[in-house]
Amino acid sequence: MSKVDSKIPAGSLAEKWTQYRSSVPLVNPANKRSIEIIVVGSGLAGASAASTLAELGYKVKCFCFQDSPRRAHSIAAQGGINAAKNYQNDGDSVYRLFYDTVKGGDYRSREANVYRLAEVSANIIDQCVAQGVPLAREYGGLLSNRSFGGTQVQRTFYAAGQTGQQLLLGAYSSLERQIGLGNVEMCARHEMLEVVLIDGKARGIIARDLISGKLERHFGHAVLICSGGYGNVFYLSTNAMGSNATAAWKAHKKGAYFGNPCFTQIHPTCIPVSGDHQSKLTLMSESLRNDGRIWVPKQKDDKRKAFDIPEEERDYYLERRYPAFGNLVPRDVASRAAKERCDAGFGVGTSKMAVYLDFAAAIERYGKQQILKLGIDNASAEEIRKHGMDVVKEKYGNLFDMYKQITGEDPYQLPMRIYPAVHYTMGGLWVDYNLMTTVPGMYALGEANFSDHGANRLGASALMQGLADGYFIIPYTIGSYLSNEIRTKAIPTSHPAFEEAEKNVQATIDRLFAIKGTHSVDHFHKKLGKIMWDKCGMARNEKGLKEAIEEIRALREEFWKDVRVTGTPNELNPELEKAGRVSDFLELGELMCMDALQRKESCGGHFREEYQTEDGEAKRDDDGFSFVAAWEYKGQGSFELHKEELNFDVVHPSQRSYK
Amino acid sequence: MNLTLKVWRQNSAKEAGNLVSYPVKDISEDMSFLEMFDVLNEQLITKGEVPIAFDHDCREGICGMCSMFINGRPHGPKQGVTTCQLHMRSFKDGDTIVVEPWRAKAFPVVKDLVVDRSAFDRIIASGGFISVNAGNAQDANNIPIPKPDADKAFDAAACIGCGACVATCKNSSAMLFVSAKVSQLALLPQGKIEATMRVKEMVAQMDKEGFGNCSNTGACEIECPKGISLENIARMNREFYSANITE
Ligand SMILES: Cc1cc2nc3c(=O)[nH]c(=O)nc-3n(C[C@H](O)[C@H](O)[C@H](O)COP(=O)(O)OP(=O)(O)OC[C@H]3O[C@@H](n4cnc5c(N)ncnc54)[C@H](O)[C@@H]3O)c2cc1C
Ligand code: SF4
Ligand code: FES
Repeated sequence: MSKVDSKIPAGSLAEKWTQYRSSVPLVNPANKRSIEIIVVGSGLAGASAASTLAELGYKVKCFCFQDSPRRAHSIAAQGGINAAKNYQNDGDSVYRLFYDTVKGGDYRSREANVYRLAEVSANIIDQCVAQGVPLAREYGGLLSNRSFGGTQVQRTFYAAGQTGQQLLLGAYSSLERQIGLGNVEMCARHEMLEVVLIDGKARGIIARDLISGKLERHFGHAVLICSGGYGNVFYLSTNAMGSNATAAWKAHKKGAYFGNPCFTQIHPTCIPVSGDHQSKLTLMSESLRNDGRIWVPKQKDDKRKAFDIPEEERDYYLERRYPAFGNLVPRDVASRAAKERCDAGFGVGTSKMAVYLDFAAAIERYGKQQILKLGIDNASAEEIRKHGMDVVKEKYGNLFDMYKQITGEDPYQLPMRIYPAVHYTMGGLWVDYNLMTTVPGMYALGEANFSDHGANRLGASALMQGLADGYFIIPYTIGSYLSNEIRTKAIPTSHPAFEEAEKNVQATIDRLFAIKGTHSVDHFHKKLGKIMWDKCGMARNEKGLKEAIEEIRALREEFWKDVRVTGTPNELNPELEKAGRVSDFLELGELMCMDALQRKESCGGHFREEYQTEDGEAKRDDDGFSFVAAWEYKGQGSFELHKEELNFDVVHPSQRSYK
Repeated sequence: MNLTLKVWRQNSAKEAGNLVSYPVKDISEDMSFLEMFDVLNEQLITKGEVPIAFDHDCREGICGMCSMFINGRPHGPKQGVTTCQLHMRSFKDGDTIVVEPWRAKAFPVVKDLVVDRSAFDRIIASGGFISVNAGNAQDANNIPIPKPDADKAFDAAACIGCGACVATCKNSSAMLFVSAKVSQLALLPQGKIEATMRVKEMVAQMDKEGFGNCSNTGACEIECPKGISLENIARMNREFYSANITE
């Protein structure tokens, strides 16, 4: 049997999960009490897993690096969460959500996992409402839905522009309840720095108490990595400043395969970089593309103000290239098109790395509608504009305010300037159907795993996946492993494996301080980000990727010779935290480039310039690349590729077209 | 622009702290307040000094981690924004800016501008939830909720747990934070069942953590970056009194 056995249960697609659930071995309540589980992360995936496992009776320890579990990065999600409830009676179903997700992922995800995700999606909404999550409602008191990300049904549930916040606070309240009951021990301001393996199984972690700087040993019968995505490898992204790959990367180096590392999502509508000081990028919700028109001047290096450029001298390039979908093409397509225009010299703003997102037409259209509705005769252009602005304000007011706050420009008067930014990582730790990595007893949930989104994630599906994994999947699938562990007594952390692991972590910390170089950690992080963005970003090619690999290796060497980590190890030391994370990014970045190099096709967010159609669209190669790339760590800079073949029994891969 | 920063430096909870002056040059008005701190920290690192520790994560006003007391006001001079959303165009060339940590007995300083707000988590753990295990829920649309109630619950739930309300209050009261959670859950049918116990437990925990009493100065509402309203405090007081009467 291949090492990458996805353990997909037999049976028809629609029956797999039901059958699996009723046949999976259970752990009896008395035994649960003596089984300890470590959960790294308190985002949607971690908090939901930790609270649910504690509710079942397991002893849980949960870790996060922020000062409170409520601050995990899931809090920042804006738009919404999908679920196949069909409350709108518009033809949604489990199958349709499954189908849209597989297609949206450009046929690079595992059917069985995605089907299960769609099946449990409805339970998530029930659970959240029962927890008191105030999702948006209609006047009749029932839940409201919006459409999202190019699907044809309205299945997205939301709480204004703060869906992630409300869902996370729901999961956090369940987690705090279990903490209050003594079932979960919460270790906030702790960073996991190593996994401990005993006899080939995950048996615990080494974590650093970020306040005292002390290294701690924690035992667990199983370890769940719920540490989020690795978009910050690019330095600039929409992720929070602390989002990192360390937990997943340490797991990888201890034997967990890394799945599809090159699959990253670049979101088309973000506020562009304003200068070298830029520390992060802010997302402007995808919903803006419903009403905004995207354009650049037809003339290169046009210095005129947007409103001085007459209609016929503007290039509405999405409408031109994709008449059928226009401004509503999927994220990957919209992002690439913006890059193409800017690279060709048509970008706008001081940096020339931006395009316009213009609401003038929408304001006029809505204004005229309002005038008709209100029965106003002979309205002046000014009046029409005013009424139109009111409508736009009601729909997007908070986003317009946010834009103004950040850029100092008023988007009611001037078109917004936007540019794509790194947003999400579809790749992550490879897991089987049970969400177990290739290391027995080590699981990965949420954005940290690779499992459900293939080569491109649809909007509002990450929140769904995180909560599905934590509330409804791991509580069952972990039983199949732990039912064989009931005889394993808690292993004392004086065990040589813990000692050894702690020694290694300490050695890395000592090594970082010993360098006493001349450049800050951020200096290296920014350099890495630039390499990744230029050569492993929206468009990739063989030459660039090969160069990137060499450059990253050189940068890594320079880092270990010249980084300056100030302060001491035994105190709160954000520079040390960053140094550890960046040293891991410097290794992961290389693997991402290797994966992108190996995948000689274009699919979803992965665009290889050599593999495109005549009119510049992504060209998939199903015969050659219908597999998950699962990389095994073989020592610094050396990785072995394993392939998990993807079989499509139910949906038939076809080329996506948006023309 | 060029500015003078006076920043609170304190090595650890056990040591005393003091304000230290730092000049910063060539600050662009497009920078956020925290990016200006990044620039300052980069300068300190170059000089071999220890950079200033401060809490931050999302940098878009939603995680509640950032927490600077700027010129005597939590999150600085602009209303309705967190420290991370404050931009340098709110200041002018030549300004002196004093930056301190949140100050409250229940929020001890950890280092420099970083404080310990875990008291908030313990208050939530004491009752800020609905006791429902995963898998027990009925269909989400079985209980319709009037839109005005749902909207009000949402407004209360928008609290980011930053602690600015405590920091600005002369009594260091946590009433706005606690009442936001109590209100959110009291407004929803799902939350009503445990309402009595919830308010009692949360208030008791709040007192135990060493937060002060509320004397209705209203400063918290003014400084709250998320517009959490004083109405929530009134609602919590009603809940609290009726909880004690039913006893
Ligand atoms: C701006 C923005 C908007 C988004 N909007 C949407 C949306 O509308 N809909 C949607 O479906 N998705 C959205 N997403 C994506 C979605 O928010 C994330 O994919 C999802 O929330 C990830 O959840 P998670 O639980 O996997 O990880 P996270 O929420 O990132 O949590 C990671 C946790 O791991 C902890 N951690 C990490 N490393 C360590 C370590 N070494 N030691 C200890 N703890 C560690 C952290 O402290 C944290 O608690 C958005 C993302 C962004 C950036
Ligand atoms: S009530 Fe306002 S100020 Fe207080 S913690 Fe919540 S968001 Fe911050
Ligand atoms: S850093 Fe998250 S709110 Fe300011």
